[in-house]
Amino acid sequence: MAHFDENAKPFGHKWLNERLAIDTLQRVLSAEYWIPKNINFLWAMGMVLAATFGILLISGIFLLMYYNPSTNLAFDSVNYTIMTEVGYGWLWRHIHGVGASLVFLIIYIHMFTGIYYGSYKRGRELIWISGMLLFVLFSAEAFSGYMLPWGQMSYWAGMVITNLFSGGSLHADGLVEWIRGDYVPAQAFLSRFFMLHVLLLPLVIIGAIVFHFGTLRLPHVNNQDGEDFDFEEAAELYKNGEKAKSKVIPFSPVFLSKDIFVMGVYFIFFFYLVFYHFEFAMDPVNFDPANGLKTPTHIYPEWYFLWSYEVLRPFSTNIGLIAFATAQVIFFTLPFMDRSPNVAPAHRRGLFKFWFWAMLIDMLVLTFMGKLPPQGIWSTVGLIAAITFFVLWIALPIITKLEKKL
Amino acid sequence: MNKELKILGIVAAFTLILYWGVEPFAHSQMHKHVEGNNLVYDGKADIEEASKDKKEAKKAFWADVKKISALKGDVKAGEATYAMCAGCHMEGAANMGGVTPPSLDHAGAIYDKNFLIALIKNPAMATNVDHKYKDTSTHPMGSISSMVSAPQDIANVVAYLKAKKAGEVTPKEAYKEACGRCHANRYGKLTQLGEIPKTKSNIKTGKDIDAMKYEQKVATEQGALADYLGKLPPDLSIIFRARSEHFLHTFIENPQSQLAGTAMPRTGLSKEGMEKVMEYLEETGDPSKPARDALGPYVLIFFVLFTILAYLWKQSQWRDLH
Repeated sequence: MAHFDENAKPFGHKWLNERLAIDTLQRVLSAEYWIPKNINFLWAMGMVLAATFGILLISGIFLLMYYNPSTNLAFDSVNYTIMTEVGYGWLWRHIHGVGASLVFLIIYIHMFTGIYYGSYKRGRELIWISGMLLFVLFSAEAFSGYMLPWGQMSYWAGMVITNLFSGGSLHADGLVEWIRGDYVPAQAFLSRFFMLHVLLLPLVIIGAIVFHFGTLRLPHVNNQDGEDFDFEEAAELYKNGEKAKSKVIPFSPVFLSKDIFVMGVYFIFFFYLVFYHFEFAMDPVNFDPANGLKTPTHIYPEWYFLWSYEVLRPFSTNIGLIAFATAQVIFFTLPFMDRSPNVAPAHRRGLFKFWFWAMLIDMLVLTFMGKLPPQGIWSTVGLIAAITFFVLWIALPIITKLEKKL
Repeated sequence: MNKELKILGIVAAFTLILYWGVEPFAHSQMHKHVEGNNLVYDGKADIEEASKDKKEAKKAFWADVKKISALKGDVKAGEATYAMCAGCHMEGAANMGGVTPPSLDHAGAIYDKNFLIALIKNPAMATNVDHKYKDTSTHPMGSISSMVSAPQDIANVVAYLKAKKAGEVTPKEAYKEACGRCHANRYGKLTQLGEIPKTKSNIKTGKDIDAMKYEQKVATEQGALADYLGKLPPDLSIIFRARSEHFLHTFIENPQSQLAGTAMPRTGLSKEGMEKVMEYLEETGDPSKPARDALGPYVLIFFVLFTILAYLWKQSQWRDLH
């Protein structure tokens, strides 16, 4: 039994410290959580993501108070009740819609930053894997949320994506019906995606975020040069007041002060989009109510799924499904596919430098092609880009094996 | 600092390219581009689109319209002829052959002069839905040719409409007269029969018999419309966000241009009519615009100040680190 001072003032510092160890918590979680000093603004993307998730959560809670998950009322509860009758309902909705799109933009920036600086290697494998797990969870969250306004694109995207689970020639139609709870997307389908979107997936995401933070603790955050140095030593220097000589800074307030500045810039951009340019995040097709008898001319996912959609599309059904399934999980394997011992930014890593830019540009091309109608030249470009995607992954272990040790 | 700006430049460039590819570029490739005719109703598109056997008839029809348009109409004489129109176009008109004749209270303001001339001459040709009829005189308004057919009479009626039925028109009135008989607008609380009346439910049973009766009337009207047009025309509450403004303009000007074979007639809106109708569609489809414009600057100013303060704080924290 710990010692409790009888005279400590209730809820005073000493009183709390004896019960919650707030000094230790503050030291471990912020004042002596060491971050390398040699970083740029891309290192703030993690906190930007956390803030965006917070905004999605808060705006989502407000929307949840008026959203009605019934196939008859869902569309109007979003487009009329929330947009017209609820005070500032439009603001919460536009924040939620723009936030859902931007969270993926930042996730992609965060991912490619990790790839560029080799932040998935030498003890940091679990950081990468937990991050990819978050990417998959956010994808599921985005997809389930997209069902809720019950517009044409909700309905037909739901139809197309759940159809994928029939597994092509496997004809697992029973599985598709089990997922939908019906032969076609209907009330059972909407109710379960509503549950996933507002309860199960957010819970799992919060757990995965905590796990992602946990994986950072021992291997520490990477730095701009991939330099491996003694954090303990650097921390001692800092604590002894030799701040300029030390290679580290404490999470709070030093690292945080930069994070918050970057967040400020990001929020200017974010709210500019919310007020003046939200259309990009809200597809016009979804403003037609769901209609099972009328297939839209073009069915395409939101921009952040387009590259993987285009990996699926140019091939025949079975090969396409295998390619699609592979593309969904292949990024998980990055720490093991990269055989080079070097932890360094891509521009110092020989062929990997070209691999990085080729992958980025290829995914951009796939994204463009994923939205265009699959006709004429666009199908050919899409097919070439999809094949290039896999060629790059096959080449990765080879070119990194050849890489000279720095 | 320079390095950070360089990185920001690269991130911003890729983001903009990404945006360009999935938004403006993709949409330019996905939709057929239709040039409007600037709300001039001269049959140009009708003649171009027409099948070979109909081309000559259409040319002749629009040439006649042009001739009548050049005649000077007599408002007084037009008023007398208009009595024949008022037999059907009146308050509380009944459904005729599938559709209820519209009120003409603001016809002079919201419809184009040449369109009105064409409409009286041959309603099916004017509205570019002649493909639906073996004989265009079977159009619900087809009997007009037996009532008003002389060029001077047509010119007179149109002159009367332009002079006396052209008062100030609200966006909602323009919508109701030009679109509202076929297209409900539930966010604007409009059915094909007009405004939804206020009714009260019986407090003991919870049932609202008057509302039920009204619903039945609407359902009957909708049934007649669906039989006549092949399907129930869509509710336009939020069409403003479902279609681009350019699409709406060109579609309303000539529905066949965007959706060949559609049963939707051309409505012949004038510039003023189009403006008012679009205003109403925006009002019901995107009602938060005024609130957005009012609040936006304050939120942005807040975050600019926030960012400046955050930068100063960051500078003070990082001052003795290098």
